Amino acid sequence: MTTVFVTVGTTRFDELIETVTSQEAVQALLARGYKHLVLQVGRGSVLPGQDSCPGMTVHSFRFKDSIAEDIQGADLVIGHAGAGSCLEALGAGQPLLVVVNDRLMDNHQLELARRLHADSHLLYCTCSTLTQTLKTMDLSALKPFSQGRPENFATFLDRAESVFPGDLDGRQVASQCGTCSGHWRVGQLNRCLSTGLVPPLWSASWQTL
Amino acid sequence: MAVFLGVLSGLCLVVALLVVRLFVVLRSGPQSRPGEKGSVSVLAVVGSGGHTTEMLRLMESLSSSYSPRHYVIADTDHMSEDKIRTLEAAKNTLDLQQKFTIHRIPRSREVRQAWSSSVLTTANALLYSVPLVFRLRPDMVLCNGPGTCVPLCVAGLLLGLLGLKKVLIVYVESICRVETLSLSGKILYHLSDYFFVQWSTLKDKYPRSIYVGRIKNPPRLQTPVLG
Repeated sequence: MTTVFVTVGTTRFDELIETVTSQEAVQALLARGYKHLVLQVGRGSVLPGQDSCPGMTVHSFRFKDSIAEDIQGADLVIGHAGAGSCLEALGAGQPLLVVVNDRLMDNHQLELARRLHADSHLLYCTCSTLTQTLKTMDLSALKPFSQGRPENFATFLDRAESVFPGDLDGRQVASQCGTCSGHWRVGQLNRCLSTGLVPPLWSASWQTL
Repeated sequence: MAVFLGVLSGLCLVVALLVVRLFVVLRSGPQSRPGEKGSVSVLAVVGSGGHTTEMLRLMESLSSSYSPRHYVIADTDHMSEDKIRTLEAAKNTLDLQQKFTIHRIPRSREVRQAWSSSVLTTANALLYSVPLVFRLRPDMVLCNGPGTCVPLCVAGLLLGLLGLKKVLIVYVESICRVETLSLSGKILYHLSDYFFVQWSTLKDKYPRSIYVGRIKNPPRLQTPVLG
């Protein structure tokens, strides 16, 4: 598939839609082998028609319940700097080019896009540099974005609050301290019975039997 | 005049006592671990949009020991309730006795609302939050940044201040915050028991915070892109 998916999120970004459908940008995309352009334009006033870009098939829409399929089906995602769009595209493992709307006041949303760019997870440009970026970008230099691990949060809380996933029915749960293999049980202080030491809350040495 | 001075000094004394009590409650930390009684009831503050997605991800990761779960959403939020019900239905296929409830309170502050009116709307939200928290008596309040969470956390602290119940305040800053804390984060940084950040840059700036890596997963649930 040789599809480019452009998304502006829940608001609007007319300048991006106009720039990406301009002759120069379309030429740059065609030169790279892209043949299909799908545009999610949100509340924008520009809704390009099917024949607006010669050489390229164009499909535009405003909103959908979920853009997961469009992201999945694309070979390149061009998006605004919204956190949701960025994370969804990166989570799907797609190359992402973020276009910053430099007409908006600097807001905290850019923090995430800037950091992800600094860590080489996405490319970054403005509308005025979009065409140039499309010509010169190297998508192979992008690094995959690793998944978040909410279980880290859950485990930390469990340890800190003496919550044991197995004890909802009142069963005794024994845990083993990985440092010295001493045992402690529910209801006791969070310490190894042998050494009396308290391991750090976030520690790989805690194991549940 | 003397009466006035007497009343004034009496008031100052009460305020001073409350401040001391607040410090005691905050610094005492979680001494009696709620988990030791078997289950931890959670009050989850659900903002809208991305806040909802992140909060539901956190709630999904918690085991069945965290029950009952009370979700509090802003009255102008129309989308979060469905997502909550979907999540709870999925959890319930594994556990039979899961209890959850959904409550609504007035929104503290709309996006970009002016400061002067924000104080009023937050005070209004507090009037709803206090009776709600006093009725539910959760072991823990879990929040991740929307303005809605501040009055609820304050209500939780009030329960502790009055010696009625120690309520844990757990705050998870959004993954969007890499360099700076949100306003709610700045307010709750010193008031929370556990303050999680998802980037090491924030851990450096805010040493009291906890960094266990990224917590937010890219969304697996449907992500509505509706205006």
